Amino acid sequence: MEDTKSHYSPFEIEQREWKKRQRNERMKQMLTIASPVFLLLLWEFLSRTGLIDIRFFPPPSAIVSTFFSLIASGEIVSHIGISMYRIFAGFLLGVIPGVIIGLLMGLYSPVRHFVSPIVMALMPIPTLALLPIIIIIFGIGDMSKVVTIAGSVFFPVVINTVAGVINIDKIYLDVAKNYGAGRVNFFLKIALPGALPVMLEGIQMGQAIALLTIVAAEMMGATSGIGYLIWTSYKAFLLQEMYVGLILISFFGYLFSILLRGIQKKMLPWR
Amino acid sequence: MSNKPKIIVTNLTKAFYKKQGSVTALDDITLTINEGEFVCLVGPSGCGKTTLLRILAGLENPSIGDFTIATDNEDRPLQSMVFQERGIIPWLTVEENVAFGLKMRHMPKKVIKERTAYYLKKTGLDKFSSLYPKELSGGMKQRVSIARAFANDPEILLMDEPFAALDEQNKFILQAELLSIWEETGKTVLFITHSIDEALLLGDRILLMSSQPGKIIREINVEMPRPRRIEDIREDSVMAAQFIEIWHHLQEEVQRSRREED
Repeated sequence: MEDTKSHYSPFEIEQREWKKRQRNERMKQMLTIASPVFLLLLWEFLSRTGLIDIRFFPPPSAIVSTFFSLIASGEIVSHIGISMYRIFAGFLLGVIPGVIIGLLMGLYSPVRHFVSPIVMALMPIPTLALLPIIIIIFGIGDMSKVVTIAGSVFFPVVINTVAGVINIDKIYLDVAKNYGAGRVNFFLKIALPGALPVMLEGIQMGQAIALLTIVAAEMMGATSGIGYLIWTSYKAFLLQEMYVGLILISFFGYLFSILLRGIQKKMLPWR
Repeated sequence: MSNKPKIIVTNLTKAFYKKQGSVTALDDITLTINEGEFVCLVGPSGCGKTTLLRILAGLENPSIGDFTIATDNEDRPLQSMVFQERGIIPWLTVEENVAFGLKMRHMPKKVIKERTAYYLKKTGLDKFSSLYPKELSGGMKQRVSIARAFANDPEILLMDEPFAALDEQNKFILQAELLSIWEETGKTVLFITHSIDEALLLGDRILLMSSQPGKIIREINVEMPRPRRIEDIREDSVMAAQFIEIWHHLQEEVQRSRREED
């Protein structure tokens, strides 16, 4: 039988395979970068040629130049700053009680049975629907927005924290008991680290919800912030300004996700 | 091995209550294990051997009856368990896992460090001490589990099929390592297995259990001197006869429980 590959060494053949895989990987990376670029170029083209209405869909280049002129005037910086403050404060005000109550519910079943019907009943109510009442109580300023965000962030964090604790593999509880872990050690060495992965997923979800909430809350009842910018620009038919607001939200959402993923990796080296 | 009783179980019964059909997992078990003895508990799956171990480990309470573990030293924990394969904690490093029992009992830092280091070295884990369990092979994970139990320096050791998930070659290596640590420390061991070879290789005495109700129905003394090799066990006529005896017993048990299910 004739061996057609006999003049190649096995390493050469494998090297060619390896190079092929490398090319494939690069190709995939290119595709990931290409899709948003393609979309922007298409948008630019359609808008400039008038195939889509330039009044509703201004070309991306025009949006970018609007963005820079808004920065230059200093107006947008204060809107971003105020929204960021509300997001961070609201996020923390939702996450911290969420984690504490979630841990208590997960660790002590009487607490869980007592609190969970309340959580279940309140969860389906959109916090935004409560905004009028929240504004009556906390006023039109920052506090009402902070509370609204906290209310939205709280629920996914609580539910994931509880799930994280009660789904810890039972064998680790046996190990802790068999090796004589006391209450404090049980909490610090078993319950908390064991619940952390699912808990952090809840916090990640909470972050996404915080951004959704801030825009809506600022559109409905605020005199500043990115949501307010979007809403007033829309009402004044300044669509380029409106798009700047939308793109900012998208940018910050992406940024926060990456940041939280990074923190997650740092906190869970054992995964 | 002395003739001093270390573990005494008297008339111990454990039933599990369920709305549809309660089960007697252990029925009036009485047994004595002497200090320094290595006893293997062999029986078909579901015969209650794990339940007995869990009761001795303090993870389950007996319905009726009692057991005592003789204490030599007040500072020692009564028992430590080597769990089946998933027993090491994934978010602790190898070193933290081995030190776990000592830390939980708030031993002095120096003692924890020394003893952990000693057993890490003994089990060949010293190079991996800062790794997390996900980076270890199955055999290495069980070494961590064994090191953790011995480092805790308990009165007795309880082992729940620690090598069941390992391949044959790894199993032999770990069995030899376990015996070498056991001989050095002279600990009393109660070891659950469903492998007859393993029981003959490791045990001074083999207890055979039947299922439903879980009873100890026979006791076999393994007289063969140590160190035993698997080749010797295969060639020795007494050991071969014992193998077949246990084999028949297990076969009968499995067939009986199948008939009862029909």
